[in-house]
Amino acid sequence: MDIDALTGCLVTPSCLVTQTTSGLIIGMLLFLVAVGLTLIFGVLKVVNFSHGAFYMFGAYFAMTTYQFTGSFALAMLAGAIGTAIIGLVFERVFMSRVYGHDVLMQLLVCYAFVLIFDDVVRMIWGPEFKSMGMPSAFQVAPLFIAGGVVPPYYLLLIVVALVAALILGLGLSRTRIGKVIRAAAHNPGMVSALGINTGLIYGGVFALGGMLAGLAGALAAPVRSLTPGMGFSVLIESFIVTVIGGMGSILGALVGALLIGLIRSFGSLGFPLFTEGLMYLFMVIVLVSRPSGLFGKEVA
Amino acid sequence: MSELSAEQGAKPVAIAGAATRYRDVLIALAVFIVLALLPALTSSKFLLDFVIRCAAYGLFATSLNLLVGYTGLTSFGHGMFFGLGAYGFGLTMQKTGVPVPVAFAATLVITFVVAAVIGAICVRLKDIYFAFVTLAFQMLIHSTILSWVSFTGGDQGLRGGIPRPPFLGIDLSNHLHLYIFSCALLVIGLLLMRQIAQSPFGYTLRMIRDNTTRASFVGIDVYRAKLTIFVLAALFASVGGMIMTLFVSGAYPEFAYWTISGEAIFINMLGGVTTFLGPMVGTVILLILNDTVTRVTEYHGIVLGIVILFFAIGLRKGLMDFAFEWFAARREAKE
Repeated sequence: MDIDALTGCLVTPSCLVTQTTSGLIIGMLLFLVAVGLTLIFGVLKVVNFSHGAFYMFGAYFAMTTYQFTGSFALAMLAGAIGTAIIGLVFERVFMSRVYGHDVLMQLLVCYAFVLIFDDVVRMIWGPEFKSMGMPSAFQVAPLFIAGGVVPPYYLLLIVVALVAALILGLGLSRTRIGKVIRAAAHNPGMVSALGINTGLIYGGVFALGGMLAGLAGALAAPVRSLTPGMGFSVLIESFIVTVIGGMGSILGALVGALLIGLIRSFGSLGFPLFTEGLMYLFMVIVLVSRPSGLFGKEVA
Repeated sequence: MSELSAEQGAKPVAIAGAATRYRDVLIALAVFIVLALLPALTSSKFLLDFVIRCAAYGLFATSLNLLVGYTGLTSFGHGMFFGLGAYGFGLTMQKTGVPVPVAFAATLVITFVVAAVIGAICVRLKDIYFAFVTLAFQMLIHSTILSWVSFTGGDQGLRGGIPRPPFLGIDLSNHLHLYIFSCALLVIGLLLMRQIAQSPFGYTLRMIRDNTTRASFVGIDVYRAKLTIFVLAALFASVGGMIMTLFVSGAYPEFAYWTISGEAIFINMLGGVTTFLGPMVGTVILLILNDTVTRVTEYHGIVLGIVILFFAIGLRKGLMDFAFEWFAARREAKE
C-alpha cells in the first residue's frame, strides 16, 4: 500500500490530470464493451459471456487492416463491421437455440465460444503478443493541460466513445427502431404478434453489441498489446461495470465504466497490487447496498 | 430452471428411510474396497494419480451440485472455497507444523467462518445477481492471494512443499497412503452429501428451488436454509481443495481463480445435475478429455468448445440425465 503516493497525486494538478485522463480512457473503452453487454442483456435477457471475444476480434481486425491499407479510419471500420457480422452469425446460428433455456445453458454455449474464438485467433495470428503501433496521424507532440501529459489519441478515443453513447441513447429513446427494440425487450410476444420480426431485432441487437465491442477493441489496438485471451480481463471488468450500473441501463454502464476507470487509475497509485481487488470490493459494496445496481430497475 | 433440476418430475418420493441409507453405505463401502484394491492390480502411477485428482475435483463439483441442482443457487464463485481449502491447509501446515488432522479441522473452521460471512451477504440476492456477487467474492479472494505476497507467496503460490508428517500410522508423503486417504475422503464426502440430499432438509431445498414463495408460505425460513447449504457446500469444496494441496504439495492462485468455478459448472453440465452422481461422472469425463486432448493438439480450446456445444445444443442435458431419461423411457415402454 502506498497511500502517500495517492494523496500526493491528488494535490498535484499535473498528476491529477494525467491519472484522470488515463482513468477516462480505461472507462470509455470499458463503456463501449459494457454497453453492448447491457443492451444484449436488456433485450435478449442473455448474459453474453463471449463478449470479450468481440473486443479481441475488433483489435485483430483493425491491426491487420491497418497493416495492409495503412488507413486508420479503414482499420476502425473493419474492426466494427467485422465483429458486427460475427455477432449476427453467432446469434442467429447458436445463441438463438438456447433462448428461454436455463441461464447455465446459455453461459455454457458462450463459454464454448470463448475457448473456440481464442484458439481461432491463436491459429490465425499466432500466440505471441502483437502490436498495431500508433497511426502516424497521431504521432504528434502531446498536449499539456495544467502540466499533465495528454496524448491527442486519448482525446479522440474519449470523443468517439461519447459520440457512440449519445447516438445510442438518442437512437433508443427517439427513433422508431429504438422504440421497437425497447418494446421487444419489454414484451417480445406482443411485438412479434404486431408483425415485427423479432428474430431480426435480436440478431440486430447482438450485432450492434458486438460492433461496439469491436470498435472498442479497434480503438484500443494502438495503445494496448494484442494477445489471444485479451478479451477476458475486459469481459470481467465490463461485467463489473454492468452490475454496478445496473443490468440493462445505458446510463448505468456509462457511470459504472467511468467509476471503474477512475478506481483503476487512482487505485494503481495507492494500492498497486490490490487494484483489481478494489474493483471487486466496490462491486460487492454496491451489490449489497443496491442489489440491482446504481441505475437498475428494482428486481421483483 | 425446469430442465436442470434434480429429480424433477419424478414419481412421488418417500423421504429416504433407514433402508436406502444402509444401501448407500453398502455401495460406498464396496466402492471404497474396489478403489483400495486398485493399487494391487495395477502399478500405474498415472491411474492412481488420476483417481486422486478425481477425488479432489469430484468432491468439489458434487458440492456445487448441492447448490445448483438441489437448491437452484447458481454460484459462479464456488471455486473460492476450493482455493480457501487449498491455501488454508497449506498455510496451516507450513506455518504452524501441527499434525495433519488438526490442520484439516482448522481449515474446515476457517472455511466455515468465511463461508458464513460471504453466504450471509450473497444468498439474499437472486439468480444472475447471486451468480455475479459470488464471482466478485471469488475474484476478491484471488486478488488478496495475489497481493498478500509475504503471506501467500503471491503469484508464485505456496512453494517449498507442504510438510506432511505421519499421523496414526498414515504417511501422506507416501504415494499409496495418499491415494487411500484421498479415496476415503471421497467416499465419506460423497456419502455425507448423499445423506444431506436425501434428508428432509434436502427436500426442503428442492422445494425452495421449485417454488421459493410457496416454501416461505409453508413456514420455511428460506434465507436460513439457503445459508446452511451454502456453508455446507463450501466445507465439501474445501475438502476437495485440501486433497489437491496434498497431491501437488503446494497451492497456487489458479486454485482460487474463477476458471476453477467455471470448470465445476461445466463438469456439472457434462455429467448432469438431475442425478446425485452426475457431477462425479462429469469429473471423470472432463479429466480424461483434458488429458487426451492436450496430448493430441495444442488447440485444445477448439476441441473442448465443440464438445461443450455438443452437450449444450445437441443433447441439451448432461450425460447422466440423458442415460437416466433413456432408462426411464425404456422401463415405461416395457410396462
